[in-house]
Amino acid sequence: MSEKQVTRRNFLYVTTGAFAAAGAASLAWPFVDQMNPDASVKALASTEIDLRPIIPGQSITVMWRGKPVFIRRRTQAEIDEAKKVNLADLPHPEADSDRAQNPEWLVMVGICTHLGCVPLGQKGDYNGWFCPCHGSHYDTSGRIRKGPAPTNLEIPDYVFLNETTIKIG
Amino acid sequence: MSENYAPKSAVGRWFNDRLPLLNLIYGHLLPYPTPKNLNYWWTFGGILTFCLVTQIITGLVLAMHYVADADLAFASVEHIMRDVNYGWLLRYIHANGASLFFMAVYIHMARSLFYGSYKEPRELIWIIGVFIFLLMIATAFMGYVLPWGQMSFWGATVITNLFSAIPLVGESVTNWLWGGYAVGSPLLTRFFTLHYLMPFLIFALVILHVWALHVPGNNNPEGINVVQGSQDTVPFHPHYVVKDMFALVVFLVVFAGFVFFVPNLLGHTDNYIEANPLQTPEHIVPEWYFLPFYAILRSVPDKLGGVILMVSAIAILAFLPWLDTSKVRSAKYRPLYRQFVWLFFANVILLGYLGAQTADGLFLIIGRIATAYYFAHFIVILPLLGYIEKTKPLPKSLSEPVLSPEERQMKAAASGAGA
Repeated sequence: MSEKQVTRRNFLYVTTGAFAAAGAASLAWPFVDQMNPDASVKALASTEIDLRPIIPGQSITVMWRGKPVFIRRRTQAEIDEAKKVNLADLPHPEADSDRAQNPEWLVMVGICTHLGCVPLGQKGDYNGWFCPCHGSHYDTSGRIRKGPAPTNLEIPDYVFLNETTIKIG
Repeated sequence: MSENYAPKSAVGRWFNDRLPLLNLIYGHLLPYPTPKNLNYWWTFGGILTFCLVTQIITGLVLAMHYVADADLAFASVEHIMRDVNYGWLLRYIHANGASLFFMAVYIHMARSLFYGSYKEPRELIWIIGVFIFLLMIATAFMGYVLPWGQMSFWGATVITNLFSAIPLVGESVTNWLWGGYAVGSPLLTRFFTLHYLMPFLIFALVILHVWALHVPGNNNPEGINVVQGSQDTVPFHPHYVVKDMFALVVFLVVFAGFVFFVPNLLGHTDNYIEANPLQTPEHIVPEWYFLPFYAILRSVPDKLGGVILMVSAIAILAFLPWLDTSKVRSAKYRPLYRQFVWLFFANVILLGYLGAQTADGLFLIIGRIATAYYFAHFIVILPLLGYIEKTKPLPKSLSEPVLSPEERQMKAAASGAGA
């Protein structure tokens, strides 16, 4: 075979194709992006909660971005239990002090990191949370101890606005 | 055959000369040559077509009353059940129809496995079939979410969370699917849209499935090649039209039994409780037809690993024509495969049973063994059998196995004289 000649026609053929492909790709983006969380969903991104009605040993569940958030006022026993755990024993090592800004208040997203079920409180082998779907056990700091979940319960961004109010998100 | 066809009426001829549609339908449905020994396991293709059309028609009318919004969906389904004229009937047909559709498709696939219908030259028919099965799974799953009961909601949560197992982009992908940060209204609306679309895609694939089937023609219980138009074939109409109709009537008796006597037997009571994002039901189970795959998912202690294994369990079917190295199609002539294929069926049923149990203790151990066996069947047993199995001699024609020795001799003499 003789060497192929690159003609003007070949050049036009390739450039036309390339422009059509780039145009189609850029036009595809709006069709993909329309499925992402929209402005009205993002607008509900933060929630303020009054902590005064909660006594030690009690938890409440609030909704934030359509997800349940557990707010637990932990007892001293639970705090001690969470603190004395050897980090090397954890599948996902995190110190309790990194998970609770104020040790008395544990704030975390109440969604099992396995497949998204809501764990049940004060249940399971570690007296923390237990997910009934596929059997993940979390401790009093919401850290995964046993079962298929890969990571600890997620801690959302939150700040204490004052002694008795927090803002999540 | 179809080339010689001419419609009887003048209008028909006028139309057919301009668009040979009648010609096409005639050729594929009436004189189409079919092996003369197809048994009742071959009637499920027709039954499945009936199921698809039933789901499309009942779905169409249900969509006229249903509202795809998280605040209204559950109430609109109850409205269909209580207020809409015959709404209860239409919904029960649609809900049980999905279950019967899967029952029929599993039998249809089992027949293909037993008689080796997926082998050369029918690989593409089988692969199109695997895609139809995949679309059926997606359609059924999305349909189950629409009533927005507890099982709908939590089933959707668990399954969409499977995507969060994808490394790096998992969270972005799930948020994109949800259109938010949790399962809610945006997801429900898009599931409804896709649930409406997919049956039509299935319909298109069914046309390709039948088209591809009509190139080599049907496989048969003997698994041998038959010459189209020879004494081994009969026209599809009336022979198999009547046989398919009879099988369909029997199938309809079962269908009606479910719809009128036990319409909720295959459903889950928790789905009559409205979705509550704050409370997970005690025990989430998918619909019965997903249980074997659910058992495979749960048998792996790792999230990503479980997802990969479950997807592989279905994807591996597409490679079946090449994993099975035996040239002999029908299990009738494969003494070892015949036993292993039954073992495989039993194992799938076992997985289905395990999928409905809690995943711990002994159930989990048996689940892991059954999962390992499911894959071993495809990647160890099937490739090896082709080499070690001593198959029985195949008959030369479909008539041969049913002829008496005298008839066989006469036939041999006749063909000898002819030559």
